[in-house]
Amino acid sequence: MEAEFLETMVLTFKLAAVTTVVLLVISIPLAAFLAFSNMRFKSIIETIVSMPLVLPPSVLGFYLLLAFSPSSAIGSFLTEHGIRLAFSFEGLVIGSVLFSLPFMVHPIQSALSQMPPSLFEAAYTLGKSKMETMIRVILPAIRHGVISGIVLAFAHTVGEFGVILMIGGNIPGETRVASIAIYDEVESLNYTMAHQYALTLFVITFSILLLVYTLNKKSLEGLK
Amino acid sequence: MISVNVTKELSSAEGVLQAFFELEIESGEFLTLFGPSGAGKTTLMRLIAGLETPRSGTIMVDGEIWFDSDKKINLTPQKRSIGFVFQDYALFPTMSVRQNLLFAAQTQEERLYVETLLEMTELQSLSHRLPATLSGGQKQRVALARALVRRPKVLLLDEPLSALDPLMRQKLQDEIALFHQKLGITILLVSHDIAETIKLSHRLAAVEAGRIVRVCPPMEFFARHKLSGKLQLVGEVLKVEFEMPVAIVTLLVGSSVVQAVITQEEGKNLRIGEHALIAVKAYNPIVLPLTR
Repeated sequence: MEAEFLETMVLTFKLAAVTTVVLLVISIPLAAFLAFSNMRFKSIIETIVSMPLVLPPSVLGFYLLLAFSPSSAIGSFLTEHGIRLAFSFEGLVIGSVLFSLPFMVHPIQSALSQMPPSLFEAAYTLGKSKMETMIRVILPAIRHGVISGIVLAFAHTVGEFGVILMIGGNIPGETRVASIAIYDEVESLNYTMAHQYALTLFVITFSILLLVYTLNKKSLEGLK
Repeated sequence: MISVNVTKELSSAEGVLQAFFELEIESGEFLTLFGPSGAGKTTLMRLIAGLETPRSGTIMVDGEIWFDSDKKINLTPQKRSIGFVFQDYALFPTMSVRQNLLFAAQTQEERLYVETLLEMTELQSLSHRLPATLSGGQKQRVALARALVRRPKVLLLDEPLSALDPLMRQKLQDEIALFHQKLGITILLVSHDIAETIKLSHRLAAVEAGRIVRVCPPMEFFARHKLSGKLQLVGEVLKVEFEMPVAIVTLLVGSSVVQAVITQEEGKNLRIGEHALIAVKAYNPIVLPLTR
């Protein structure tokens, strides 16, 4: 029982960590595009990024499940190359990335759009490339936005239920994460185990959020 | 020598304006762009810096082409030898004063020059501080020093002193003048301040609605009548009181308040907030040194 509990908790945080890292990598360029571009189709991309905020998780899960199934075009292409996404950890990562995307993109985007244009321009007139300006000037200046994005995306992935249930099912060690396990234990009237999962999630997420907000507040005060 | 000959669409409150700028600036000259807001002064600076692209024309600096619409040449701001001081200073918030300057340095020589600049601007004792902990005048100094690290050919100052109190303003004007003298750099300044323009610049380029309407020494521009043997002061009209049979005008000259008795007719021509020139006969005035 203990081993199974530990396995589930490790999987839960592994999924959240992998999802957060993937999100961080794709969200910074995406947020920069949304904050600074004035292309015509920008609002379409903005809408797609924000969709998971209002869309029922089961809708996203359902379509992902269809896309992943070997009978679909994407699914059969993936199967030919030996990749199975439905009911696998990799599939969960894709689902969580899509579902937590706005939680990472929005804080970074709003921090970026508050940056005065002269900050970029000053770096350019000092001979710095766009890339160097972004890494050395802008990212440090918006770090509170990035940290908020990391925390929200991580916490949101830990708490995700609907998408995972649809595309991952409940395979121990592969797709069985804590939120699914709680549901499962309650179903089989095992309230003790449900409590153990629930309380652990509660305490861990509370501590992470508290720690990050405290640190973030301190680092922001240093800038004043 | 900088020669600018460009067109650019300006969007102003009154709609789109076709701007045409033609200007020649000598090497080592201090030139002020003067004119109402929205006339295109800042745009002209940004065109020279490469932060905006002209619609057509050429920008040449010391024989080097920075922009040429026919030859399809357009150097990026990174490749132009400029220093730009922004109105909002644009200091990098997570870097200390020294780091802000070092960020601009690319060679060992420039890194050493950072120390010289910190000394010249009296920023050494503040060099570890973050920009947010500095006063407006200190921030302005950092921005100025940072713009000089790469030893640019042209220093572009976009209303750098407009947010400062009069005393700090004067101090920094002196500092800019000193830099200009010591480094022999070409300086282009955008200013609304008549006193500042007269004090700092060799020549003034009057910008109106996207055109450079006149280029001349600043005194010639402001003193509409030829005045000789007279003491001239330029100040802001603070108050005009009519007391039969005269009017009393109160002006702010530099940071001191001056009152003068004028005729009622003259008083009616003055508007509060506008700049006015007072000239008095300077024959045998009392001039005393102040205690140092």
